[in-house]
Amino acid sequence: MAAHNLKHALFCAIVTLIISYPILGFNLASEGTTVTLEGAKTSTVVGVLLAAVIVFLFQLFRDTLMGSLRQLPAVNPLTNRKPMEQSKRLKLDSVLLTLMIIGALIWPFIASRGAVDLSTLVLIYIMLALGLNVVVGLAGLLDLGYVAFYAVGAYTFALLSQYYGVSFWFALPIGALLAALFGLVLGFPVLRLRGDYLAIVTLGFGEIIRILLNNMTNLTGGPNGIGGIPDPTLFGMEFGRRVKEEGNTSFHETFGIAYSGEHKVIFLYLIALVLAVITAIAIRRLMRMPVGRAWEALREDEIAAKSLGLNRTAVKLSAFTIGAFFAGFAGTVFASKQGFISPESFVFLESAIILAIVVLGGMGSQMGVILAAIAVTILPELAREFSEYRMLIFGAAMVLMMVWRPQGLLPMRRIHIELKKQE
Amino acid sequence: MQDLLYFIQQLINGLTIGSTYALIAIGYTMVYGIIGMINFAHGEIYMIGAYTALIAITGLAALGIAWLPLILIVALVCAMIVSSSMGWAVERVAYRPVRGKHRLIPLISAIGMSIFLQNYVHLAQGSRNIGFPALIEGGFRFGAEDSFQTSISYMQVTIFVTTLVCMTILSLFISRSRIGRACRAVSQDLGMANLLGIDTNRIISATFVIGAALAAVAGLLLGMYYGSIDPLFGFIAGLKAFTAAVLGGIGSIPGAMLGGLILGVAESMTSGYLSGEYKDVVSFGLLILILLFKPTGLLGKPEVEKI
Repeated sequence: MAAHNLKHALFCAIVTLIISYPILGFNLASEGTTVTLEGAKTSTVVGVLLAAVIVFLFQLFRDTLMGSLRQLPAVNPLTNRKPMEQSKRLKLDSVLLTLMIIGALIWPFIASRGAVDLSTLVLIYIMLALGLNVVVGLAGLLDLGYVAFYAVGAYTFALLSQYYGVSFWFALPIGALLAALFGLVLGFPVLRLRGDYLAIVTLGFGEIIRILLNNMTNLTGGPNGIGGIPDPTLFGMEFGRRVKEEGNTSFHETFGIAYSGEHKVIFLYLIALVLAVITAIAIRRLMRMPVGRAWEALREDEIAAKSLGLNRTAVKLSAFTIGAFFAGFAGTVFASKQGFISPESFVFLESAIILAIVVLGGMGSQMGVILAAIAVTILPELAREFSEYRMLIFGAAMVLMMVWRPQGLLPMRRIHIELKKQE
Repeated sequence: MQDLLYFIQQLINGLTIGSTYALIAIGYTMVYGIIGMINFAHGEIYMIGAYTALIAITGLAALGIAWLPLILIVALVCAMIVSSSMGWAVERVAYRPVRGKHRLIPLISAIGMSIFLQNYVHLAQGSRNIGFPALIEGGFRFGAEDSFQTSISYMQVTIFVTTLVCMTILSLFISRSRIGRACRAVSQDLGMANLLGIDTNRIISATFVIGAALAAVAGLLLGMYYGSIDPLFGFIAGLKAFTAAVLGGIGSIPGAMLGGLILGVAESMTSGYLSGEYKDVVSFGLLILILLFKPTGLLGKPEVEKI
């Protein structure tokens, strides 16, 4: 056994060296047309060697290490803890939610402008993640082109305002409905496909939308995007220093207060907050309605669900359409917040980030998804010096999550009744 | 006559690109045939192969070695070794622990791995594209001097020949060798093969290694053909190769070859007659249409759903 371990450990260490040394140890530098090779810093080389040694030692003593790791849960006091009682948990849940909403309402008045702006972005991601959660978490359909619906919402508002001068409040439902329509039209043919094929087709669809946006230059401005998207108004009151549109008044003049750029930021934040809360509540209700139960039934066992008389296509289509609807919502808010959109904002990576949020939070769990959205958006801002490692850590976290805790940080627990054990 | 020459030119360009797609597609199709998962990180392995080859070529140039065959062979061997090790390690770290779980779990793990590898190379080598030296220059020309000429570069010939050689070796390997036979057995029935004494873990590792080695060959060839590489270029190529695999019928090795060639020709015809911008739209559109109307692909076997 020991000899076998040694061989395996040596092999693993050599593989570690092979996969890391050539890529990390040499840097390609291009000057003009000539490419030159430079050796990396000593610290990198030492790091690579150290990694190989660690892999070697780990593999050598793996059996002992894993054995002692298995003993660890006994030390951890949380392992044998009984799950909280259902009624208590629900109460705690609603108390926490109320506190969160109150905190979110107070937040813009105490935080700085930059922080409020970032929070608006967090809320947009929460909306997106909640919407994708319906598709991936509840219905179990892996959608890798989710960002396409987000783009549809954003571009609907941008184009409507550019060509017809439509305001935010009219564009919001139109954008969401149009995104839902896209979901319906795309979903109808592709939802017959099996899980992984569906993933690829939706990915392809997302790419097609992005390429079309990039190349239909007369309509969308191509890579230059669309600018000058108007801010939302409050009952016809604008937030700019001067009123841009006939018939509107300005917010600061109506209330007789000094003009401040912060008003607009706070207003946008509040709109995003309201929409995010609406999204969360709507989905929460849907989850408990027959259609929500049908989503989960289909995710758990398609054949059993079918044999119980569920219409597979209708159920999947409803999840897909509702997910797309909320993405359209988020897209409209995003366009209004940025004032400028271009296809750059709707790349595959964005879909992957939203998917990562859903996965990290725990598929199906709303609370988990909200917390993960906050963490994923804010952590890179806090650790700016590590920001270039953000995507690296993302990728690694997705893999580790799937290996160790596929149910996510805060897995969904459904309301259920347990049978009493007979004595 | 000119139109014909132009058509032939597009056909040749398409077959060149298509044969490299086929090389990458083999990796997808073999893995899918055995464990039924889409190896999303395969495009990144191909990208790493191209980077390793470029590093080897520049390194040899710095050492003052200028004999072309030696440079090419060393670059190829280096790329294949690094990519295969990467393929092995990826399977070990990200796929083996989640094997046999719900379908979505390995897929998400693979997407995570793909993002990780992209950024690994991005951090190590920078995000800018780097020029890949054109080592093989020149070519044949056909047609009148003063009008459109069809040209076949020696590079294109190299790509054809290399692909052909790799495919032949692979076919022989799969049909004749012990591991190849085991591969076929495992793809037919994993559990049964295990019962009959085949070390299935080893065989699964072997498919990843073989797929990665072929991807590395494609990386070197396409790097030289396009003349520049960047950390993101594996992603789109991976998607195209996956499309090729599905087109030909996923799980079938001849299917992957056929699918790659068809996809390459379709793409180059689009950029030749319509516009280069829409060639990705055409290939994804093709993928969607195939999955809708013939999900088993051209040469695939229909899959029976077992309860």
